[in-house]
Amino acid sequence: MSSLTASDEHSIPAARKTVIQPAWVRLVHWINAVAIILMIMSGWQVYNASPLFKFSFPPSVTLGGWLGGALLWHFGAMWLLMVNGLIYLTLGFATGRFARKLLPISPSGVLADTKAALTGKLSHDDLSKYNQVQKLLYTGIIIVGVLIVLSGLSIWKPVQLQWLTALFGGYDIARYVHFVCMAAIVAFMVIHVALAVLVPKSLRAMIIGR
Amino acid sequence: MGRLRSLLIPGVDKQLLVRDAVKTMPDLARRRFIAGGASFGALTMLTGCDVSNSFSAEEMLKKVSKFNDGVQALMFNPDALAPTFPESAITKPFPFNAYYEIDDAPEIDGKDWKLEVTGLVENKKSWTLEELYKLPQVKQVTRHICVEGWSAIGSWTGTPLRDFLKLVGADTRAKYCWFQCADREGYNSPLDMRTALHPQTQMTFKFGDEILPRAYGFPMKIRVPTKLGFKNPKYVVSMEVTNDYKGGYWEDQGYNSFSGS
Repeated sequence: MSSLTASDEHSIPAARKTVIQPAWVRLVHWINAVAIILMIMSGWQVYNASPLFKFSFPPSVTLGGWLGGALLWHFGAMWLLMVNGLIYLTLGFATGRFARKLLPISPSGVLADTKAALTGKLSHDDLSKYNQVQKLLYTGIIIVGVLIVLSGLSIWKPVQLQWLTALFGGYDIARYVHFVCMAAIVAFMVIHVALAVLVPKSLRAMIIGR
Repeated sequence: MGRLRSLLIPGVDKQLLVRDAVKTMPDLARRRFIAGGASFGALTMLTGCDVSNSFSAEEMLKKVSKFNDGVQALMFNPDALAPTFPESAITKPFPFNAYYEIDDAPEIDGKDWKLEVTGLVENKKSWTLEELYKLPQVKQVTRHICVEGWSAIGSWTGTPLRDFLKLVGADTRAKYCWFQCADREGYNSPLDMRTALHPQTQMTFKFGDEILPRAYGFPMKIRVPTKLGFKNPKYVVSMEVTNDYKGGYWEDQGYNSFSGS
């Protein structure tokens, strides 16, 4: 581990001491990581009570032990997810981070960077700048995050928030939207964690900032 | 540690002892015991440390659930009606759902049955089915949403509960209507007064224009389209108007008490 860190440092220009990930980003990132894992594991247990498809999640990866326990976790962790998410969105827009980091995205840029990534030619020298694939995935996952919260609210309150439920095409369709968003987040997490392990300095930046 | 060891009886297998003890626990306690164990197991796995004061996590989640009761009461709009549907949208067959098989559902003789009305009401008389059938009835086609996630659209006909509460002179400033049912384990459920007074909350006597069949709660169920299914008690035998929170069959096991839709 220490040798890895040493070789990483070697590739960073020694003069650069700028913070790659500011403290607030790191804080909301890790709170979000905990919240989303709690939501997904308890959500799988809730799913098992009335599966949408011909499979259930194994009990070893679910949280809560039974439907009632899972719902307690799900409706507890939702506050962590929502409050933390709102802080992230507010600061993301207010500080200009979203505009600076995530835009612009162009189809040709995404194609070029995807090709470069797959042929091993994508540079990770400057972690403060996202490539086009990162921009697309990070923007996409923010939108999915908003959708999973809204579809969740519409399943939770199909009478009081019936306009929202109607927007998703009704209660039954909202359940599928909620599920598909979960699947998208899990797929994102697999890629996200795999790449963080492949480029450890990006993980370090999300922990200590540099 | 030494003190603990002295409590052990020599020659008794600890694991067998625990297994026997668990066997003697009632089903409900056993289920909660297992449920608690499973969730803390997962928490331990997640944090990588042993949660020795494990029950504080459960206590915290229960507090959040109470907080959620308050949030839902704030979100509850007494004038917001649950969406209604055309008859063609009715789910056929409408599912039977309970914690027992349909053969174990209460079999009630409508001639002997009476609805007991107690608590903070002026007229504590018991009502026969014949008397209740004479009250004005309305029909609703609404979506029943189960805590498990599935939903089904049904047609329910009966007397708005708020009309009945007025008729018996109920103190509608009281906090709850508490319903007791004929189910073998004694199903019960509290309904907050604001929901009890909602225009669509109904004492249901008919399903799909037919006398409520045994599967759906004969002779009377309380239909609450602004709540999850388990807050819609079937086979109701009594209603108490009360300021006390008396708990409920599922509520006591951990389902959120307000459980509004």
